[in-house]
Amino acid sequence: MTVESTAARKTTRRSSGTKRTASASTSTTKKTSTRAEAVATEPELVQLLTPEGERVQHPDYDIDLSAEELRGLYRDMVLTRRFDAEATSLQRQGELGLWASLLGQEAAQIGSGRALRDDDYVFPTYREHGVAWVRGVDPTNLLGMFRGVNHGGWDPSTNNFHLYTIVLGSQTLHATGYAMGIAKDGADSAVLAYFGDGASSQGDVNESFVFSAVYNAPVVFFCQNNQWAISEPTEKQTRVPLYQRAAGFGFPGVRVDGNDVLACLAVTRWALERARNGEGPTLIEAFTYRMAAHTTSDDPTKYRRDEEREAWEAKDPIQRLKTYMENEGHADAAFFEELEAESEALGKQVREVVRAMPVPEHMAIFDNVYADGHALVDEERAEFAAYQASFANGEAE
Amino acid sequence: MAVQKLPLAKALNESLRKALETDPKVLIMGLDVGKLGGVFRITEGLQKDFGEDRVIDTPLAESGIVGTAIGLALRGYRPVVEIQFDGFVFPAYDQIVTQLAKIRARSLGTVKMPVVIRIPYGGGIGAVEHHSESPESLFAHVAGLKVVTPANSSDAYWMLQQAIQSDDPVIFFEPKRRYWDKGEVDTEAIPGELHKARVAREGTDLTLVAYGPMVKTCLEVAEAAAEEGKSIEVVDLRSISPIDFDTIQASVEKTRRLVVVHEAPVFFGSGAEIAARITERCFYHLEAPVLRVGGYHAPYPPARLEEEYLPGLDRVLDAVDRSLAY
Ligand SMILES: Cc1ncc(C[n+]2csc(CCOP(=O)(O)OP(=O)(O)O)c2C)c(N)n1
Repeated sequence: MTVESTAARKTTRRSSGTKRTASASTSTTKKTSTRAEAVATEPELVQLLTPEGERVQHPDYDIDLSAEELRGLYRDMVLTRRFDAEATSLQRQGELGLWASLLGQEAAQIGSGRALRDDDYVFPTYREHGVAWVRGVDPTNLLGMFRGVNHGGWDPSTNNFHLYTIVLGSQTLHATGYAMGIAKDGADSAVLAYFGDGASSQGDVNESFVFSAVYNAPVVFFCQNNQWAISEPTEKQTRVPLYQRAAGFGFPGVRVDGNDVLACLAVTRWALERARNGEGPTLIEAFTYRMAAHTTSDDPTKYRRDEEREAWEAKDPIQRLKTYMENEGHADAAFFEELEAESEALGKQVREVVRAMPVPEHMAIFDNVYADGHALVDEERAEFAAYQASFANGEAE
Repeated sequence: MAVQKLPLAKALNESLRKALETDPKVLIMGLDVGKLGGVFRITEGLQKDFGEDRVIDTPLAESGIVGTAIGLALRGYRPVVEIQFDGFVFPAYDQIVTQLAKIRARSLGTVKMPVVIRIPYGGGIGAVEHHSESPESLFAHVAGLKVVTPANSSDAYWMLQQAIQSDDPVIFFEPKRRYWDKGEVDTEAIPGELHKARVAREGTDLTLVAYGPMVKTCLEVAEAAAEEGKSIEVVDLRSISPIDFDTIQASVEKTRRLVVVHEAPVFFGSGAEIAARITERCFYHLEAPVLRVGGYHAPYPPARLEEEYLPGLDRVLDAVDRSLAY
């Protein structure tokens, strides 16, 4: 943005963050000797709100939020969950071809998403409905590709929220390149890139770590470790906790309780601030759980046990914030009632919009293939139009 | 029981089971192939019966899957790799094209590369982006690879085992929208050659050449055309590299007309290769130019438009009429 901010970027480089990485990563190095342990341990999760809804302090990542801000986070999570539930049932009713549910990951997405500034840029994968929500993307826009009427359907620059990416990990390189561009421009915004524990195995993700470190790009990698990549547990991707990988690439990695919205917000804020200050990338591993099936096509009973899910239910991100707010008097009964009504209205609106979503014109197949036009596309479009027309004439006869 | 009626998917499963039983060097590798049995259940039950050392769940990294399969092949194994969907083979494309395809030639024929890469391909299942593509010509264009695709349960059963027995890398495309179609499998038959085309229906007026998912469509076309008094021959190509041009030529010399049908975009597609070669071979026999029906030069569309994009009965019949009108 300004010359000063570039200068600031340079002077503060590598000033903070290293201490945190060290403290976060040393705590588990002894514990990764066997495969089972590598997954079972939950080393020093940054946590500010326990599963019981108790507020705890953290020396490095504490945060001070007003009652109104807390209610805002709660509202985001409840509405996101409602939206997700509506999409799931729309899929069951045949209105959507597929749905990838975020159930259980609301805190990871809302917490990280609320750490963003408007001028930051987000690169999601395909499950970041909560992040889209906080970016102000109309949630019904997310449903077009799942209904099969488009492959994205929004202009990424409107809300600085890129299109969903289905090929795993590809977007982390785009995020890094975008961040390199920000640095070149001397701007002080940052990029937040999402991916899953499974995607962390992809070459692209590892290459994005290399590039972002080498170019000191202002990008924050936010890995939602929801424990599963379809049927594969995280242990099929890694023998060390994922956040520790960052160290090998030369930037800090932090593991945060992904079901704790306050911790996700605090840690992401810190990492985005580092990026803005010219201190380069950070990897955040949000330790969370995919409560639903991978997508509506998946059958988790084939590979995971009910007890596992039940254990994670006790860590529900929404319930714990609710308990805390109630105990501290941050919200009254009226707030929860109003929110309930708002949820219902959102569900209804989503249902109506989806059902009314038009199937695109047939000719749309040929739209937007090239910016400058292409003789073959023009020829095929004309042939296709003539063919469709002959059909219509035939019916009319 | 030698003859069974099996869905194409189950025939593939039985074929893999047979291969694992027959040769201890055969390995299955891929995403979710173990407990889940693959997203299409092609490997269902195999890990349970053959163990995690033979049916290997891999990290989520296609380049890694194919790259390590190459190493395992160098060590004497015969890896059968599953790529989850057509659109996800590209992270592995580098390994396939720059390494897998060339190692035999570079080693002056001393090194075998018995790697099979199974790829469910094609559209018609209402999926999201990257789950419906037909990238076969991108592989057929590469020397050193063989590319095949079964159209029915019997071929699924036999061709997969033949591919596994081959010392060359084989890209094995599975027509995913036909996975649930049932067909007879004679597990004691003597199979035809892997790279030989099959006349799926005899006819005298025109030849339709198709492979994989389009064979069924073309048989339906022939059925519909027969009601209008047209006699259509359908050739199921089975192998896209190499292509059995002799069988196509014999058919075209008889019918004098050829329409090639595939789901992949027509532009630079396998139909172009067939049209060019058959024009050379059958120039004096042809009564009409070779026509092609396939996808457009546009990204595979969203699911609600795929029926417009994919060659269906009407579009193929239209091409048949155009050819017959010459
Ligand atoms: C390159 C690539 N390979 C395979 C797939 C198929 N696929 C879709 S989602 C998925 C699992 C992803 O797991 P993870 O990265 O942990 O994210 P999650 O879905 O759990 O959020 C797979 C294998 C894909 N989309 N892209």
